[in-house]
Amino acid sequence: MSIAKPLPHDTAPLHVSGEARYIDDIPTPKGTLHLAFGLSEIAKGRIRSMNLDAVRAAPGVVAVLIAADLPFENDVSPSIHDEPLLAEDMVNYIGQPVYVVAATSHLAARKAARLVKIEYEELSPILTIEEALEADSRFEEGPRIYRKGDAEGAIAASPHVIEGTFELGGQEHFYLESQAALTLPQEGGDMMVYSSTQHPTEIQHKVADALGVPMHAVRVEARRMGGGFGGKESQGNALAVACAVVSRATGRACKMRYDRDDDMTITGKRHAFRISYRAGFDSDGHIQGVSFLHHAICGWAQDLSLPVADRAMLHSDNAYLLPNALIESHRLKTNTQSATAYRGFGGPQGVVGIERVMDHAAHVLGIDPVELRQRNYYEPAHAVQPAQPKSAEPLGHADPHEDLTSRGAVEQTTRARPVRPVPSGGNTTPYGMEVTDFELHGMTDALLASSDYAARRLAIDTWNKENPIIKKGLGFSPVKFGISFTLTHLNQAGALVHVYQDGSVHLNHGGTEMGQGLFQKVAQVAAARFGIPPEMIKITATDTAKVPNTSATAASSGSDLNGMAVKAACDTIRDRMAAYLAEHHQAEVSTVRFVDGQVEVGEARYSFAQAAALSYQGRVSLSATGFYKTPRIEWDRIKGRGRPFFYFAHGAALTEVAVDTLTGENRILRADLLHDAGASLNPALDIGQVEGGYVQGAGWLTTEELVWDDKGALRTHAPSTYKIPACSDRPDIFNVTLWDGENREDTIYRSKAVGEPPFMLGISAWLALSDAVAACGSTYPALNAPATAEEIWRGVRRVRNGV
Amino acid sequence: MMTISFLLNGETIEIGGGSPTTTLLDWLREERGLTGTKEGCNEGDCGACTVMVSDAEGARALNACILFLPQLHGKAVRTVEGVSGPQGEMHPVQQAMVEYHGSQCGFCTPGFVMSMVASHCSGATDHDTQLAGNLCRCTGYAPIIRAAEAVEGQPVPIWVQDTAPGGAPDPMLPRSSNELARAYAAQPEATLVAGATDVGLWVTKQLRDLDPVIFLNGCDDLKEITIDDNSIRFGAMVDMNRMGEALAPLHPSYAEMIRRYASVQIRHAATVGGNIANGSPIGDNPPALIALDATLHLRRGEARRALPLEDFFLDYGKQDLAAGEFVEAVSFPRQPDRLKCYKLSKRFDQDISAVCGCFNIIVQDSVVTDARIAFGGMAGIPKRATTVEAALLKQPWTIETITAAQSGFDADFTPLSDMRASAEYRLETARAMLERYFAESQGAAGNVLEVTA
Repeated sequence: MSIAKPLPHDTAPLHVSGEARYIDDIPTPKGTLHLAFGLSEIAKGRIRSMNLDAVRAAPGVVAVLIAADLPFENDVSPSIHDEPLLAEDMVNYIGQPVYVVAATSHLAARKAARLVKIEYEELSPILTIEEALEADSRFEEGPRIYRKGDAEGAIAASPHVIEGTFELGGQEHFYLESQAALTLPQEGGDMMVYSSTQHPTEIQHKVADALGVPMHAVRVEARRMGGGFGGKESQGNALAVACAVVSRATGRACKMRYDRDDDMTITGKRHAFRISYRAGFDSDGHIQGVSFLHHAICGWAQDLSLPVADRAMLHSDNAYLLPNALIESHRLKTNTQSATAYRGFGGPQGVVGIERVMDHAAHVLGIDPVELRQRNYYEPAHAVQPAQPKSAEPLGHADPHEDLTSRGAVEQTTRARPVRPVPSGGNTTPYGMEVTDFELHGMTDALLASSDYAARRLAIDTWNKENPIIKKGLGFSPVKFGISFTLTHLNQAGALVHVYQDGSVHLNHGGTEMGQGLFQKVAQVAAARFGIPPEMIKITATDTAKVPNTSATAASSGSDLNGMAVKAACDTIRDRMAAYLAEHHQAEVSTVRFVDGQVEVGEARYSFAQAAALSYQGRVSLSATGFYKTPRIEWDRIKGRGRPFFYFAHGAALTEVAVDTLTGENRILRADLLHDAGASLNPALDIGQVEGGYVQGAGWLTTEELVWDDKGALRTHAPSTYKIPACSDRPDIFNVTLWDGENREDTIYRSKAVGEPPFMLGISAWLALSDAVAACGSTYPALNAPATAEEIWRGVRRVRNGV
Repeated sequence: MMTISFLLNGETIEIGGGSPTTTLLDWLREERGLTGTKEGCNEGDCGACTVMVSDAEGARALNACILFLPQLHGKAVRTVEGVSGPQGEMHPVQQAMVEYHGSQCGFCTPGFVMSMVASHCSGATDHDTQLAGNLCRCTGYAPIIRAAEAVEGQPVPIWVQDTAPGGAPDPMLPRSSNELARAYAAQPEATLVAGATDVGLWVTKQLRDLDPVIFLNGCDDLKEITIDDNSIRFGAMVDMNRMGEALAPLHPSYAEMIRRYASVQIRHAATVGGNIANGSPIGDNPPALIALDATLHLRRGEARRALPLEDFFLDYGKQDLAAGEFVEAVSFPRQPDRLKCYKLSKRFDQDISAVCGCFNIIVQDSVVTDARIAFGGMAGIPKRATTVEAALLKQPWTIETITAAQSGFDADFTPLSDMRASAEYRLETARAMLERYFAESQGAAGNVLEVTA
């Protein structure tokens, strides 16, 4: 069967030959126009006048449009219609599109776009958290607050209280393919759109509104993206809409792709946070209560900031049973790029918050940071069986899932762990969801054993005693990540499958391919349902004309949702074929088997192609749609109560680093990762997500620093100044393993979502750096993020000075 | 534009007319429809546009986005479309990239394939260094390195072995420093293009039109490296990879700094003359060369002059260079190796220095007899730390001397804060570099790049 096979990415042979087509590679009709935006040069102000004469006169320029030239909606917002395609009277950040130039070449458009003369009435921009709070510049009327128990009371009654505040920087997606769109005007005012997007339906919707036509007049196709990471969930709207509007005006094909500097200047990034925390612990290291204060910098437009900030709150527990918790979240409106979706969608920020608390507490209490975390974990899955009476079994009860790989770990867990009474609220999250599938006890034991944690901890302590300049550090972090869109209605997907009379299969679904291997995984599902090899499946571009009303490929949901929808479509066709062939052979339908490329009906054997041809001749419909909606979820984001997630995916990581205390320069020496992908649909692709997610997560917290100047201009708008990990930044030793388990919920072949969760394993690198800095003295390093070499150097200085 | 010719995937190409600053990337994608070569950043920092260029010196990876067509005159270019065999058979690198799951989104993949094909041709196995100029956001690099390791030692397919055809002469493509001197004297307003790793960005990012342009890459005599008993001389057109190789046995710390200087692709194009002539305060060669007491050799027509390199840099953006005058070479005396170069940046590989400190301190009988210390990133120009040097000179080589001298940095430098580092960090790490130099001389310290788990 094709499921669980480590097949390569379906497009790998075309990637390596250069044949794989991205938007900018699609051959375009003669006369295609190329677009570029003219950008605001100030962070906040009113446009007094705009002189576009030089732009219009520039070589190759065919059209120049300003807001007043737009025929219908001037809006590219994915949420509350607060984001015009082109600025009207106000500009709100440096880089905001003010006008669009269409020219005969990409270079001509870029050159012309710089020739405008705009007079502004400058207003003082809001660039910092302090300025935003002072001006009460925010989205929503006030902070969102989620509560469980009495956090402040519990903290006050705790023998040990820690508190702190730190900065957590944003992150540029740095997808290698910058944003791009191509439109081809059709007869009767229809529009064909090719977009590098995670959300074709959103593009369709925004283009239709901009053209004043129903959605049926706009068709969006997206075969692949050169990386997305959340950055192409809403940020491609502007390009597609601009192209469509100019195509409508000129009758010509239009293409727009951002130059890298423009892309980084215009588009949103991961939300930067300031996180303040107070937490109380007992002497055994059991957390009694915690309060978090989140200040999220959302930029100038709302975009997806509310659900992002919500998800940060929803992950403020991460892997830990918090008896009392208070999470307060402020979503601040600033005159910077509108922060947007980015892998984890706020979850990573929430997880960093509680991991910081655990790390700080372990330092203060003198308890091993892994041990302290284990003491605070949620109860293991087997101890919580909601369908049955609550088990009274203690921690450590044998669990079939754990037994699979944790035999070597038994020795590690023989130390006596203080008993933590399960709080009266039960094994529930701060938002009231019972945790019934927690895998991290067994996973942690297995990781500690495979990574030789105890011995390495001692060796590193010895190294640090002997080496004054180079310090080493170890960092451990687990992740428990909630899977589902928190906006419940998005948890649906559709598929369209055709079987042709030669037995070849055309596969289509609402998910988009951004490199994660979704198409291959879903093709493996289809192949398994028909019992045929994956080569017989043709994977086709996502197309709003084939599957309508799709959700963004986001929230790690791609294979969960689309895999199930494809399964449903395939099963419909398979059942029709089976019914026809059974009738033909006077056999029971239930005896028809689809396996190894054959269809077995009683004694008869047909190739799948023969079976398809027979079915066709028997006038059986060989085309079907499939549909899926995630069960058992409901969520009230205002109250902060419900079951927002179908299940949790887990992972655990141990990272070792070395730090040069003279300059703060540092390297990751080793990382051991163990990740829970359920029963993996394709372990090779899943491991790819874990390896890549880790490095991207570590990059976020180390070298990837976004710097704005005091005018609000982003100074790090190119790879020369914004440093994502390079080849040698990956860990020297990089051990990545999938946890041998299966999803306890009924997902597609019991697999789990794997796109976002491993990103958070990179947090262990940040904690390891903190551990190395801590070796310079006795105080807690209290690093900000990203922990650049300079930030680490400052940490060393703080610790050495005892502050 | 001049008429130029080169081989593209084995096919002879002749181009006449058009802008001299059309990049190979734009030409491949827009004129030839060869869209396998990708634009990721258009400034030579991501490697998605990597192609392989062969000439008499062999095959090497270059960034097509900042490579002007005239730089290819007489050479052979191979793009990702020309890497598979005549029957469509995969190159071993392509096969391994598929088998080891080296591609995810695939956009960086053609560039990686070309870097790997080029290093496979040369037999290089220092993969992290060979691939430092290729960014991947999806994979975390591990599977790509597995693929690179898997093809080590496999035979190089015959079909990627190109022979450069050579090209016809053209006044704007001088073949020697004499021809260059004449051409530049005749058109002193021309822009000189050596490797285009800086000038390329004037075109792709500042969107400047440059014309006339004189391309120096045909001036073979400017590519000479001369090492005799008394001095070491690098012609202005020596590229940074060759310079690094030449320096490795003589001044290994300098060579290691060059290993981290940009990327293989950029170093193949970038020249020492260009790095000096553009006067950047953050170029990495000038501080090292100043610490080595280098002399700069300038030429204008038939007139030549030489000056200490440190005197060439007058002020930010201002060099002691007359109209029509060009850098011919840089030289420095043979000397015992006491040079240490400390390149501090946010990322180890392929990053512009926040601070580049180069120390050349001679200690005899435990007393400092000479000290030349120069920095990049600490002022508007590459600059010596004269106060620190004076504080060390004739002093005993002890930690007390070091500590006393460290305060001299305050007098020598008033660095800026920018997106790479704060002024305070720059100044304090400059001090720390002196401390490191001393510690290393005592056999202590340690290099974070050499520590293992």
